[in-house]
Amino acid sequence: MRGQIYEMARRSVIQTLRQPALIIPPIVFPLIMMAINTGGLDAATNLPGFPADSYLDFAIAVPFMQCALFACINAGASLARDVETGFLKRLAMTPMQRAALLIGQLGGVMLIALVSALIYIVVGFAAGMDFEAGAAGIPALLLLALLISLAFAALGAFVGLRSGSGEAVQGAFPLFFVLLFLSSMSLPRPLIEQDWFRFIATYNPVSYMIEGVRSFIITGWDGEALALGFGITIVAAVAAIAAASGALRTRLVRT
Amino acid sequence: MTRFWQVARAVAWRSIHKIATTPQLLIPSVIFPMFFFVAFAGGLSNVGNVPGFDAEFPSGYTAFQFVFVLLQASAFGGVFTGFGIAADFEHGFARRLMLAAPNRYGIIAGYAIAAATRATFVGVLVFVVGILTGMQVDGSGVDLFGLIVLAYLVSFSATLFACGVAMRLRSMQAGPLMQMPVFLVLFLAPVYVPLDLLSGWVHAVAKVNPFTPVIETGRDFISGSPATAGIAYGIAAALLALFTWWAVRGLQSAERAGS
Repeated sequence: MRGQIYEMARRSVIQTLRQPALIIPPIVFPLIMMAINTGGLDAATNLPGFPADSYLDFAIAVPFMQCALFACINAGASLARDVETGFLKRLAMTPMQRAALLIGQLGGVMLIALVSALIYIVVGFAAGMDFEAGAAGIPALLLLALLISLAFAALGAFVGLRSGSGEAVQGAFPLFFVLLFLSSMSLPRPLIEQDWFRFIATYNPVSYMIEGVRSFIITGWDGEALALGFGITIVAAVAAIAAASGALRTRLVRT
Repeated sequence: MTRFWQVARAVAWRSIHKIATTPQLLIPSVIFPMFFFVAFAGGLSNVGNVPGFDAEFPSGYTAFQFVFVLLQASAFGGVFTGFGIAADFEHGFARRLMLAAPNRYGIIAGYAIAAATRATFVGVLVFVVGILTGMQVDGSGVDLFGLIVLAYLVSFSATLFACGVAMRLRSMQAGPLMQMPVFLVLFLAPVYVPLDLLSGWVHAVAKVNPFTPVIETGRDFISGSPATAGIAYGIAAALLALFTWWAVRGLQSAERAGS
């Protein structure tokens, strides 16, 4: 089983590294957006009750989420391509276990997520981020960021396996994008003025993922934010992996 | 001239028909501007309470974001049209079109008309949603007309830019080269707050960004105090002239390549 995971992960990593289009956008695009929003929305720190002195400290959590969205699309597109090219059919004739296939396939995407998260942290410090959780907070932040990426990557894998179409995976991107925008991404929930928007943001699990990441930077070790952030992320990851696993089983039966 | 308009009309009709009958093309171009409007005007409305915002823009945050989303939809309508041109080259349709067209400049005009039609459709929808959500419009009918003209100038400029790129590269892989410059020019302007409330490097860039006077004038129109309209129209007209030249050279490049 371990050998199978290793082989599938190795293939996934090599496949990812050979395509700059899978590596550069998840790293560069979120940083560009963060840089623009930090300058554009710095005035928001003057709002009474805003939790940070610098908008950078508040906004740096967002690239981790955007990276997770890219993980979602890349994982889904990669598995959909395997369906389209018949790779899964050929694999179905080998003794490869389903779990190994799925875990291995997510390996390449998770590698990019880890590299991206490290780069965001380095860029954040270089830009003057105040990190309240201290040195021990960095591995904890990385763990949460990777779990979030895993949850979204598994969701993408589910869509890719279920639809078997790269186009369908790309088409699902706006749906995930909406989840990010209708969250506490740009302002803390208590400062969202429109009731309907605050309502959606409150019931949107992405808000709690962002707030978990953000808590390391702004408040330090915030038990409530971390419990919600880790808890919701783990539940989402387990559900998404179970769904992807089910879709893979169906896909292999179909073949 | 008659042949020019015949080609323009045929290309425009085909593009509009294709967009209207292909949900994958129609839905993103409608949904994304609406979504940006809802997300910005709804989620960030408290930014309108930032000290100094009222003095710079008294008509409220929804109207402030409406102008950005309208101009953004106009610009991205042009970019999406550029994607369509690139796809036409990839599928070989552009080659047949160029062989058949008695006046090839009409092809560029046709695509520009299609993009403007798309921008009109999206602009009307965003305006209706804005009005339904209580957007404050302090400008007169003449001011609104000025804003609409500005939106069309942005649409034509973006379409001609994307057309020039698509006709040079003739591949869907040119997509990021059409999208990213437009995206950066739009977002490096005063998107969330007026120029004077921006800070850091974004403020420095926004000050020299040619799109800044355009968006500021658009906002002045909706708040009924268009003081610098001449500068904005001058910039928009200059961009239009520049990108017309760019698109025409792109067409000549495609002709030389035998596409």
